[in-house]
Amino acid sequence: MTETFIQLSYLLAAGLFVLALRSLCHPDTARRGMHMAAIGMLIAVAATLLHQRIVTYEWLAVGAVVGAVIGYPLGMWVPMTAMPQRIAFSHAFGALAATLVGIGEYIHSYDTQHLTQGHVLALGFEVLLGALTVTGSLMAFGKLQEILPGRPVTFRGQNVFNLSLFAIGVACLVWLIVNPYDVWSFVAICVIGLLVGILLVLPIGGADMPVVVSLLNSYAGLAAVATGFALDNNILIVVGALDGASGFILSIAMSKAMNRSFSNVLFGAFGSAAGEEAAVSGAKGDMAPISADDAALRLAFSRRVIIVPGYGLAVAQAQHQARELVDLLEKRGVDVRFAIHPVAGRMPGHMNVLLAEAGISYDKLVDMEDINQRFTDTDVALVVGANDVVNPAARTNKSSPIYGMPILNVSDSKSVIVLKRGKGAGFSGVENDLFVSPKTSMLFGDAKQSLMQLGAEVKLA
Amino acid sequence: MTSTAIIQLFVFLLAGFVGFQTISRIPPLLHTPLMAATNAISGISLVASLVLAGANQGFVSTVLGAVAVACAMANVVGGFLITDRMLAMFGAKAANKGERKGADRQ
Repeated sequence: MTETFIQLSYLLAAGLFVLALRSLCHPDTARRGMHMAAIGMLIAVAATLLHQRIVTYEWLAVGAVVGAVIGYPLGMWVPMTAMPQRIAFSHAFGALAATLVGIGEYIHSYDTQHLTQGHVLALGFEVLLGALTVTGSLMAFGKLQEILPGRPVTFRGQNVFNLSLFAIGVACLVWLIVNPYDVWSFVAICVIGLLVGILLVLPIGGADMPVVVSLLNSYAGLAAVATGFALDNNILIVVGALDGASGFILSIAMSKAMNRSFSNVLFGAFGSAAGEEAAVSGAKGDMAPISADDAALRLAFSRRVIIVPGYGLAVAQAQHQARELVDLLEKRGVDVRFAIHPVAGRMPGHMNVLLAEAGISYDKLVDMEDINQRFTDTDVALVVGANDVVNPAARTNKSSPIYGMPILNVSDSKSVIVLKRGKGAGFSGVENDLFVSPKTSMLFGDAKQSLMQLGAEVKLA
Repeated sequence: MTSTAIIQLFVFLLAGFVGFQTISRIPPLLHTPLMAATNAISGISLVASLVLAGANQGFVSTVLGAVAVACAMANVVGGFLITDRMLAMFGAKAANKGERKGADRQ
């Protein structure tokens, strides 16, 4: 009877989760949907407490309280710029929970002599993927937080080494299925999983982290699916599948936006060799500087302005200055939009969150595909701290390392003003022809300072 | 293969399909909240951890379970809070006020 009740409440929770994801299709419904998901979670957890296997509540309460105490600051105090690290960190948490449950279940079934082949297949898979995700996510966290060097770390024969290590892990898994009671191969799977996680992320550079974080999301989901198979728990299977699908879709979207295949991100170690090639095909011509008051006048007397924010905007913490400038321009009747490239931030959709935090209404944030035709009747495109995502070489120069990457058609607009810190090349070390185009004027300086100056001058104009 | 395993494979297949269809419709605008949301929801592994921590199967299992409960709980609490915080910023036109926290007041 209790068992039926628990299963039915899981069913309800799963339904609420799917509805919550559906409500995320629109910003207006998203928040209510997530409240529904939270209720679903509450129902599922409350019902689980009635489970007949649970006999003591002390440890469980200790764990729950500690978790809540850790979770609160992770929810309320983490700044939006640190979202990618934070997400990577909680992937590590989720995967650790799955791994520990896997180990615990193995010990339990070992003691009670209940190990079957199907059971160890699921447990081994869970622990392998879980352990891999734990260390992989911690590595990604370290790189994003800049505790670890962001540059790709490579050595000779790396891919062969990593793949063979992973193959040994899979071989151990097969061995474990044949001999379910061989504890050492179970331990070996754990250790190999942990090592593969580290080695997998080691050669991946900071710029590729969005793909990695999404991919780890997907692995964490698959580990949860394996837990569900091992424990005969359908809600874990459902949620793990949702999570896995989400991570998979996002990593595909990110790879596409960078014009790189999955395998290229994972095995390519981009950025180690690209810098040198690019320097050779450097842009010719001089950049034309512009003063802040001239730039402000041009903005103030235009009809349509598109702002192209890049990660430089977030680094300079200039979102609020950007919004003030937008408010001033709109007061003068200028139509202002933001053009958001999919990889503008450090994770999928990051730039939207940063701008929304500054109080910019989401209907002004336009995706790349929707805004690209609008550049032709735009008077001024204001590029703030973005570089590669507006580089015309991605379209024209076949030898460029970023050739083929979808970009924002900034050069179609009538004039371009670029806010840039210095004259150097961008994050990926690629020169940008846009900066030397006759349409373009450069306003050098810190993004925050420049935007403030522009705002002050627009006020006077 | 047992019939439970077969049913579970069906559940996995269908849930994966539903997930794929639902999530591919979510606009890039909300991709970061989506990641935070799946993170919070994946804290459902809490239900497995709770059973392990409370089943009294010996000290090691109980401690492993308690740590797992803490990890999953941190994801649930932190995940739902941060998703809500983000979605509040995308809330209706209140955004123009430039308020960070009180965006839902209007």
